[in-house]
Amino acid sequence: MSTTPPDTLPIRTSDDVVFVRQQVRLRAVQAGLGLVDQTKIVTAASELARNTLDYGGGGTVTLSSIDDNGRRGVRLVFEDQGPGIPDIPLALQDGYTTGNGLGLGLSGAKRLSNEFRIESALGGGTRVMIARWK
Amino acid sequence: MPRSTLAVLAQLLADQEASIVKEWLETLSTGGQLQSGRIREPELRTQCTSFLQGLRTALAQDSNDTAAPAFAPVKQLLADISKSRAIQGFSPTETAMFVFSLKQPLVNAINRSELFAANSLAGVVWQVTLLLDTLGLYTMDEYQKSREQVIIRQQREISELSTPVVKLWDGVLALPLIGTLDSERTQVVMENLLQSIVEQGAEIAIIDITGVPTVDTLTAQHLLKTVAAARLMGADCIVSGIRPQIAQTMVHLGLELNVVSKATLADAFAVALKRLNRTVVSLKTDPRQQA
Repeated sequence: MSTTPPDTLPIRTSDDVVFVRQQVRLRAVQAGLGLVDQTKIVTAASELARNTLDYGGGGTVTLSSIDDNGRRGVRLVFEDQGPGIPDIPLALQDGYTTGNGLGLGLSGAKRLSNEFRIESALGGGTRVMIARWK
Repeated sequence: MPRSTLAVLAQLLADQEASIVKEWLETLSTGGQLQSGRIREPELRTQCTSFLQGLRTALAQDSNDTAAPAFAPVKQLLADISKSRAIQGFSPTETAMFVFSLKQPLVNAINRSELFAANSLAGVVWQVTLLLDTLGLYTMDEYQKSREQVIIRQQREISELSTPVVKLWDGVLALPLIGTLDSERTQVVMENLLQSIVEQGAEIAIIDITGVPTVDTLTAQHLLKTVAAARLMGADCIVSGIRPQIAQTMVHLGLELNVVSKATLADAFAVALKRLNRTVVSLKTDPRQQA
């Protein structure tokens, strides 16, 4: 089974967020994810891409198809060089936001994915990895 | 020195126009410009000839500065050509090749001619190259501009098309949303809906999100704001078209829409009619009752 090579997309404008969503959906379909799982990973990608844009000042996302002995899925890595997150547990609390959103994006993205890892250094940017398995 | 070089170049263009055009056309057609059938040979020939004549006029005015007024007619011509190429669907390379493929014939003509001293040839060729490069890049700029205009026009058309407010019944409005709800479009949608509520004195507005592929927190926030604004104006909102996968995703995100919601537009319309104390009945009466 051939897997599509990883793909790195820029996130610089809100149009890029739309494009990221479309590409993630394409990957999810290729990985054989069901409609609900597709919608979940696409929505999580949308949240994280917008965070990258709004709070990270823009960055990139790397899309890869994963195949673990026949178990397939999609992995996304969002990276930015922004100010970083001072308190990750606080940022992951429902309803907490430093902007004017609902404060549900990051925590929601975590609930929408099977794997979730966040690394952030003050002044050194933020890196969020999520994966959704079939 | 450059003065005379340019004037001599102009003379060269005049002397050898026919052979340069012939060679240029050959280069263009080997490059595949005519193959696609998007442009015919006579048209291409006219474009080549007028470009050469324009170039000659500009050079005769002792100018190699493409920003100078002497080059205005040539640039206008190139702009027109780029525009028509963009519309005809030529690729950027094909469009740029129009100017760049003139280099070979022109350099050949310079070599054939005895107007230049052998030791000045390299300098002349260099000047010609610089000039054609600048003009070629200008062609690309113009090509890009016309493509962008097409995109901007399409964006406007899409945003106008996709936000209609539909009157379903006296006092019942429907807003079928389609596509991405980015902030710019949501603004238009909200204004349209609120305006229609005032104009029609609507009591109920149904927002149908069947055509929205992804509902994330930003989309939900826009929806909630629209609902709140409509409520302030005395209209109740019903959100319809929430598909199963969207519902599950919204629950995981922790989103709550504090508003009546229904799976389909038809269900939402039924709720609206009920609130207005109206019902839909079949026109045909039951035959058994008539007997």
